[in-house]
Amino acid sequence: MINDNRAISLEPFVRAASSVHGTVTHLSTAAEGHIDIQDLSVSYGKRTVVEGVTLRVPRNSVTALIGPSGCGKSSLLYCINRLNDLVPGCSVEGSINFSWMDNKHLAKNSTQLRRQVGMLFQRPNPFPFSIRKNLEFALRQHGIKAQADINSRIESSLREVGLWDEVHDRLDSSAIALSGGQQQRLCLARALVLNPDVLLMDEPCSALDPISTQKIETLILSLAQRRTIILVTHSLSQARRVADQVAVFWKLEGVGKLIECGKARDVFDRPRHELTQTYLQFA
Amino acid sequence: MRRFHVFGFDVRDFVWTFVMYGLTLTAVAMLLWPLLTVFGNGLQVLSWDFLLASPEDAGRSGGIAPILVSTLGIVLVSLTAALPLAFGVAVMLTEGFNPAGWPATILRCSLDILAGIPSVVFGLFGLSLFCRQLELGYSILAGGLTLACMILPTLARSLAFSLESAGVAHRAGGAALGLSKQSVLWHVMVPVALPGICAGVVLALTRALAETAVLLFTSGYSDRMPESVLDSGRSVSVHIYDLSTNVPGGTLNAYGSALALLLLLALLSFTVHALTRWMQRRMTGNTTRSL
Ligand SMILES: Nc1ncnc2c1ncn2[C@@H]1O[C@H](COP(=O)(O)OP(=O)(O)OP(=O)(O)O)[C@@H](O)[C@H]1O
Ligand SMILES: [Mg+2]
Repeated sequence: MINDNRAISLEPFVRAASSVHGTVTHLSTAAEGHIDIQDLSVSYGKRTVVEGVTLRVPRNSVTALIGPSGCGKSSLLYCINRLNDLVPGCSVEGSINFSWMDNKHLAKNSTQLRRQVGMLFQRPNPFPFSIRKNLEFALRQHGIKAQADINSRIESSLREVGLWDEVHDRLDSSAIALSGGQQQRLCLARALVLNPDVLLMDEPCSALDPISTQKIETLILSLAQRRTIILVTHSLSQARRVADQVAVFWKLEGVGKLIECGKARDVFDRPRHELTQTYLQFA
Repeated sequence: MRRFHVFGFDVRDFVWTFVMYGLTLTAVAMLLWPLLTVFGNGLQVLSWDFLLASPEDAGRSGGIAPILVSTLGIVLVSLTAALPLAFGVAVMLTEGFNPAGWPATILRCSLDILAGIPSVVFGLFGLSLFCRQLELGYSILAGGLTLACMILPTLARSLAFSLESAGVAHRAGGAALGLSKQSVLWHVMVPVALPGICAGVVLALTRALAETAVLLFTSGYSDRMPESVLDSGRSVSVHIYDLSTNVPGGTLNAYGSALALLLLLALLSFTVHALTRWMQRRMTGNTTRSL
């Protein structure tokens, strides 16, 4: 643990050097901005599962999406990096705009979008490659070929997630041999090598033990200093610990809706919607 | 239920245990017996000379060199033709079409039906298409292509299955990193699916090597050394069939050929496995631990 906290410390120099790539230039680390979700609806075939969600997610903060199972949190999250394009029959209406990026360009180019918007899944899903190749692979596919650059990015992202000390001497062994918590942090590192602006996390700790969960939460807090994090979670205590904003979803007449959103403290301490009040009693 | 005890033994338990062991032993014996027969008889004739000489006196004496060469030719032609096609079909099934849509369903159904068709029917088809219409005559090429048609459905299905079971998690994980479908397919799905692909290829190889009916009337049964794929060539299975049914006094050499066939199969599947492991290691970058 102690070991880890030291390794988590951000490394501004490495990161500043590595932010040269990409289409988006960072104006400053404490940039203003937000993600604007306007009247978003998601349907699978003829069935609408999320309707009319309008939400503003401030940049460089943690926004938690909470709500009971099946109310469409994941579906909404997947729209943000257009991962729902993979699902046959899934259609989306409404718009999502990143105030600090060229949205027209991103709309045409899901590759660029997903490079700026990383994702962490519920189950750790490292590729069954070596640890090194897990991190190197995406970089090479995105045209970053200089080995020195690759190595420094690998090291800095592993340090950023606190894995470097644990794995630096076995980068060439299989990622599958890592523990679940280590695998999840490796997946986070894999997203971080591309230096994304936004990180989407779909219940990233639900398959992890409390200690690994705590590590991930610490990471979320430190990452949110320069990155926008949108986190789906079933753990209200987790939302309370890490979130700056909370958005509460509910399934009304079979369709997922946003029923309340606001600053985390406001929502937790003074919920306005009565469904939120009921839901929070389970915390 | 009443139990009978004799000297402290439960009779029913004893009987059932006895029956289970008996059945298992029978199954093992039925597997081992043919193998032992082939080895026992085959070893009497198998030698380097046998493998390197041409058959004489309709195969009663001499060796099987041209037959081994033809067999390898036929198998290579069929795999070269079938593997890329099967891979393409498998990719369409898993990545191209919506798996629940009608094109994928129709494709899957037709593959299953094709896989169930008796091989002789493929033989007739090959005879009319490759030998007659495309004027390849009785040749290694025609035989190999006919075999390719025969193994294609099973091969495609098994490749599709291994690609499917390689996992949605990786597909989503790759896409979330901004990777294209193609690079996820080539760099993630294929390496993960390699063991399954390899098993499918070995199975297809086995079927191709075992085939006689199809080859009798597509690649012919000339036992001379083929000079090109357009020559007629006799496969080992056809040779065994011929020696044991048409040639009096050919039985021992039939066993020798059968043993050679077994060894050839072992060698080929070993090669495929070794190749797979090597490719997987290269593709995944794991040096210290395989999957
Ligand atoms: N690929 C899909 N095809 C069809 N329907 C889907 C698909 N994915 C999700 N759904 C439906 O959409 C609705 C919302 O699902 P979603 O996974 O977004 O909910 P969720 O809020 O993330 O739930 P959980 O908390 O259990 O993860 C569910 O009713 C689900 O059945
Ligand atoms: Mg979900």
